[in-house]
Amino acid sequence: MRLFSALYSWVGERVDFTPLIYLIKKKTVPAHRHSVWYYTGGMTLFFFAVQVVTGILLLLYYRPSAEAAYESVQFIMTEVKFGWLIRSLHSWSANLLIGALFVHMFSVFFMKAYRKPRELTWFSGAFLLFLCLAFGFSGYLLPWNKLAYFATKVGTDIAGQVPILGHSVLVFLRGGEEVSGATLTRFFGFHVAILPAVATFLLLLHLLLVQLQGMSVPPALENNPNKKSIPFIPHFLLRDLLGWLLALLLLVVLASIFPWELGEKADPLAPAPAGIKPEWYFVFMFQTLKFLPAEILFIPGELVGIAAFTVGGILLLFVPLLDKNPTGGLGRWISRIGWVVVAYMVVFTILGYLWPATK
Amino acid sequence: MAGDKMKDRLNKILRAGSFAAAIAGFLILSARAQDTCLECHRQMEEDLQTPTLHIEADVHYQRGISCAGCHGGDPKEEDPDLSMSPAKGFIGVPKPQQLPAFCARCHSDVEYMKHYNPKLPTDQLAQYKTSVHGKRLAKGDTLVATCISCHGVHGILRPTDTRSPVFKANIPKTCAGCHADQKRMAAYKIPTNQYHDYLESVHGKLLLEKKELSAAACTDCHGNHGASPPGLSDVAGACGECHPSNRDLFEKSPHKEPFQKAKLPQCAACHGNHKVLPPTDEFLGVGEGAVCIQCHKSGSKGYETAAAFKALLDSLKAATVEARGLVKKAEVAGVKVGLTKFDLRACEDVIVHSRSELHAFNLADFRALIQDGMTKAERVKKASLVSLEDLEIRRKGLIFSAVLILFLCIGLWLKIRKLDRERENPSVKS
Repeated sequence: MRLFSALYSWVGERVDFTPLIYLIKKKTVPAHRHSVWYYTGGMTLFFFAVQVVTGILLLLYYRPSAEAAYESVQFIMTEVKFGWLIRSLHSWSANLLIGALFVHMFSVFFMKAYRKPRELTWFSGAFLLFLCLAFGFSGYLLPWNKLAYFATKVGTDIAGQVPILGHSVLVFLRGGEEVSGATLTRFFGFHVAILPAVATFLLLLHLLLVQLQGMSVPPALENNPNKKSIPFIPHFLLRDLLGWLLALLLLVVLASIFPWELGEKADPLAPAPAGIKPEWYFVFMFQTLKFLPAEILFIPGELVGIAAFTVGGILLLFVPLLDKNPTGGLGRWISRIGWVVVAYMVVFTILGYLWPATK
Repeated sequence: MAGDKMKDRLNKILRAGSFAAAIAGFLILSARAQDTCLECHRQMEEDLQTPTLHIEADVHYQRGISCAGCHGGDPKEEDPDLSMSPAKGFIGVPKPQQLPAFCARCHSDVEYMKHYNPKLPTDQLAQYKTSVHGKRLAKGDTLVATCISCHGVHGILRPTDTRSPVFKANIPKTCAGCHADQKRMAAYKIPTNQYHDYLESVHGKLLLEKKELSAAACTDCHGNHGASPPGLSDVAGACGECHPSNRDLFEKSPHKEPFQKAKLPQCAACHGNHKVLPPTDEFLGVGEGAVCIQCHKSGSKGYETAAAFKALLDSLKAATVEARGLVKKAEVAGVKVGLTKFDLRACEDVIVHSRSELHAFNLADFRALIQDGMTKAERVKKASLVSLEDLEIRRKGLIFSAVLILFLCIGLWLKIRKLDRERENPSVKS
């Protein structure tokens, strides 16, 4: 402690922390019956941090080529001390991160926290959601196992359905006509260089905006004369820390009950196994495309589905601009549509797992 | 100085060689240019024109041997009476009986053939004379195969040329040209289903479907120029050319003598001849599809032995399947399997070895071999289970960590509660 105090004094003599410390000490966070949702953002951030740390550790041994990727992950899981743990945490945390992101996004959506002046926070958050989905899609292929190989093939095939640009997008994603070593190398590039660079920038912007603007209070509670708040330090911070610990607990429990498997090595020449599915967070879209008829009004059904999801993504992004009156009739309708979307996502995800597998 | 001399000499040799090659080329071209046989026959119709149609592809023609090389005569003469004059050595079209000797004028001449292909055998005629075809031809049967029946005529290709009728993958069809012809074979009273059977055989599927040129075709068992059906006691010899290990085992097996006495065709007695089906483990034993029960009837000692062989093989296969399943489970789960996979491969090798070894029909040796495999399978199973135990150790470690984190959560929650109480009622703090 003495060393810490000395260090603090040494830095304090050179940089004036006083305004910052004053700000932190004075900072309060609203407390109400919905404030539990505030912690979902912190939990998402925690899973993101786990991804960064475990991802860096995996990078020490991972080799991004079709010949060596599977073997390198096998080496990590069998030979590297606690490599199995790092890999299992990375895989589980990736899924929990997406789950926490969805919960966080919908909590913000239903509490109308995107309303003025927090539109930019919503935009940066929505882009972060899209980026994390891209993280998931690119990272899934990296162990180069059978399921990942064919899921990537199916996923990129869907991208190839887009008119005019589809084929170019498919070739860009795959690094050729087929999913191959070239696909693996570029997915690795996206996963460890391009996406992290963009995500870091957006995350910092998102956090800065949250700190500058503070937490939003739901419209229904905004005009409450008995508004309460708690100090950021230590009351909110400790609650946030509890959220992180609970997130870690969930991560460890899942990793222990369902250790993440290595799977069988991908064989591009082998036939696709039955019941190929993407990662769970894409299943509702995948299942929708499966249910769509071959043609809808002379347009390929799959194309209609892709267009609908694209429009859905754009609408989600621009919700703050569309919802002109969050507390009025339009705002209530947007919330109702939101509940329908949540129900649709849940039902179609469940259907995706229960529907009989086809090749 | 010595180097310069050598260079000079080399230059002289090269110049002389080039000059000689140019002269030879000129002579060949001028000889061809003056080939009145081709010039006239090309202008004729039907049968008389046919010999010229594919002559350019003929291996002989390509090496400078034109019509007169086989048929005699003088291709420089413009007058047909002179060019095809017996005085000029014109032989004309040889009769079928004359054909083998006709071709053998060159092909049995060791010195002559050396100029073209020193590796080419020169005993075709001698072999042919020992063949069924040759023997029948000598007796005046002109329906039998002669050289041109298989190699073609006036467009003969090297046997390595995929278009040649004697290219390995074309041989079955070439032989079938006569041997699948019921009308033609009726006089000889021999079956005509060989080709059909061969198509279903393991050899036929390999050669014709998978284009595996090492698979046996007709000539590999029957010979080519000396073609004849192998005698009963020669079957193992023919099969053993490709399957030497099984042949040696059979030779010292207790089956060798009784087979001979019963006039059973050795390997073919169980595996068939033209229709050698892909062998399965069901051939062995006393179940459906087993060949042992063709001779060994229920209740006999041989019957019991056959059942014992099968039971031993099945036990090793079952143990290997179980071991393989455990290795795969461990591998997919991501625990260390390492050298266990080598042991598994060794175990699988024993199965392959035992399938061959059973041709010795020595139950004691077979049992010892299977036992060796079982020991290996057991080792693989144990090692895999030890590897899978790692999963449990990992799980227990994580559960222990989870409990610690849970306590930490509870502690933190209590601390938060305490802070909240203090904040709501500052007097509690003291």
